[in-house]
Amino acid sequence: MDIVKDLLNGSRLALSRTITAIENEYDEAVDIMKELYPHTGHAFVLGITGPPGAGKSTMTDKLARAYRNMGKTVGIIAVDPTSPFSGGAILGDRIRMNSLTLDEGVFIRSMGTRGSLGGLSHKTADAVKALDAFGKDVIFVETVGVGQSEVDIVKAADTTMVVLIPGMGDDIQAIKAGILEIGDVFAINKADHDGADKLQMELNMMLDLDGEMKEWRPPIQKVIASQGEGINELVAQLDKHYSYIKENGVLEQRRHERTRTELMELLNASIGRYITNSIVKTGRLDNYLEDIKSRANDPYTIVRSLLDELLVK
Amino acid sequence: MMEKRIRVLVAKPGLDGHDRGAKVVARALRDAGFEVIYTGLRQTPEQIAEAALQEDVNVVAMSILSGAHPHLFPKVVELVRANGMNDTLIVGGGVIPEGDIPALKEAGIAEVFTPGTPTGNIVEFIKANVK
Ligand SMILES: Nc1nc2c(ncn2[C@@H]2O[C@H](COP(=O)(O)OP(=O)(O)O)[C@@H](O)[C@H]2O)c(=O)[nH]1
Ligand SMILES: [Mg+2]
Repeated sequence: MDIVKDLLNGSRLALSRTITAIENEYDEAVDIMKELYPHTGHAFVLGITGPPGAGKSTMTDKLARAYRNMGKTVGIIAVDPTSPFSGGAILGDRIRMNSLTLDEGVFIRSMGTRGSLGGLSHKTADAVKALDAFGKDVIFVETVGVGQSEVDIVKAADTTMVVLIPGMGDDIQAIKAGILEIGDVFAINKADHDGADKLQMELNMMLDLDGEMKEWRPPIQKVIASQGEGINELVAQLDKHYSYIKENGVLEQRRHERTRTELMELLNASIGRYITNSIVKTGRLDNYLEDIKSRANDPYTIVRSLLDELLVK
Repeated sequence: MMEKRIRVLVAKPGLDGHDRGAKVVARALRDAGFEVIYTGLRQTPEQIAEAALQEDVNVVAMSILSGAHPHLFPKVVELVRANGMNDTLIVGGGVIPEGDIPALKEAGIAEVFTPGTPTGNIVEFIKANVK
């Protein structure tokens, strides 16, 4: 396909259109991904998550520049929430990354969360693959928050960095379960504000309680992203984690797990779509709904009989 | 199962010091269900065209208050088209004298919105003309 050939030859327009096809679930996206797949698996994928306003985009900008200075090419996917009311979104992460726009070694794409969160994680994973096939060495995925959806998205990452800021008070208690598990590296940003040391101490205590059995003890790095302070140290920590997971088989294991999840999800989604399409097109869906409403039939029986009919040969 | 959204780059070219107007438009477009990519103040035409490319937007909406539109608007059109984005709708707004509008349209600006235009008109224009 031309778009694939163009992308592999370095066309940014082809890359951009590919990500659009992924986001909009165009049929051609499957054909494109099929051909890109053999070219993936080379990039270092870094997930960055944390509360809104923590400085994730500012930090991504500075980290991207640090990697550029080391001669690496960079891809960035910045996810912001879609309004549940209008379906629209204001995607403002580029505001912090303007100095990267004209660097040919950097490609930034903003994405809204849109409809289903499950759909989002597979779309971001595919967008990462497109950037990977395009030849990016390091790919950042920025997402807001530390809820379940973000956890799913960071599954596309090799290394996950959690950004926290002082002054979150007892919030850290509330989110601790989620963040302790997903963070490979912690950044305490806005260290120019009061409370960074206290936060570091609390976080250290939690990690020590949690991490006794673990081989990798997540480091905590204080950063002032807006001034670029602590960025080089942060890069060193990220590189250390990447080396660690490469050398100890963790990376291989994570990628194996990821491949498994992706295959299962794709399979489930495809089977679901196949069955849904066939009952919607034939109008059988409406009949089923009528039967259920009048209690002449029930959803469980219908699903079972559909599986028998459509899948069991 | 398609999930298409109209994507709009809201851009502030030139040296204007504030972006209240652009933010009002950005919010109106979001409320109309568009995905708005906002890049902040003081963008060069090169930055705008490159962001439009990377974001694969359907629309570029620019606003200028400083009077630099006769140069900057056409330059953005030229650069966006040079990137192979031939279908991208490009509109402009801000403090723009009536007399300048024909030349801007000639240069490829699809529509010019002067101060006081209800944001609903901008939404309608985009919906009617986006490809
Ligand atoms: N004081 C201070 N402000 C910062 C720092 N890093 C970022 N900011 C500011 O925090 C705000 C939110 O930053 P942003 O990167 O957009 O946060 P995000 O929502 O996590 O992506 C912006 O106004 C930044 O300028 C920092 O280290 N110190
Ligand atoms: Mg951000």
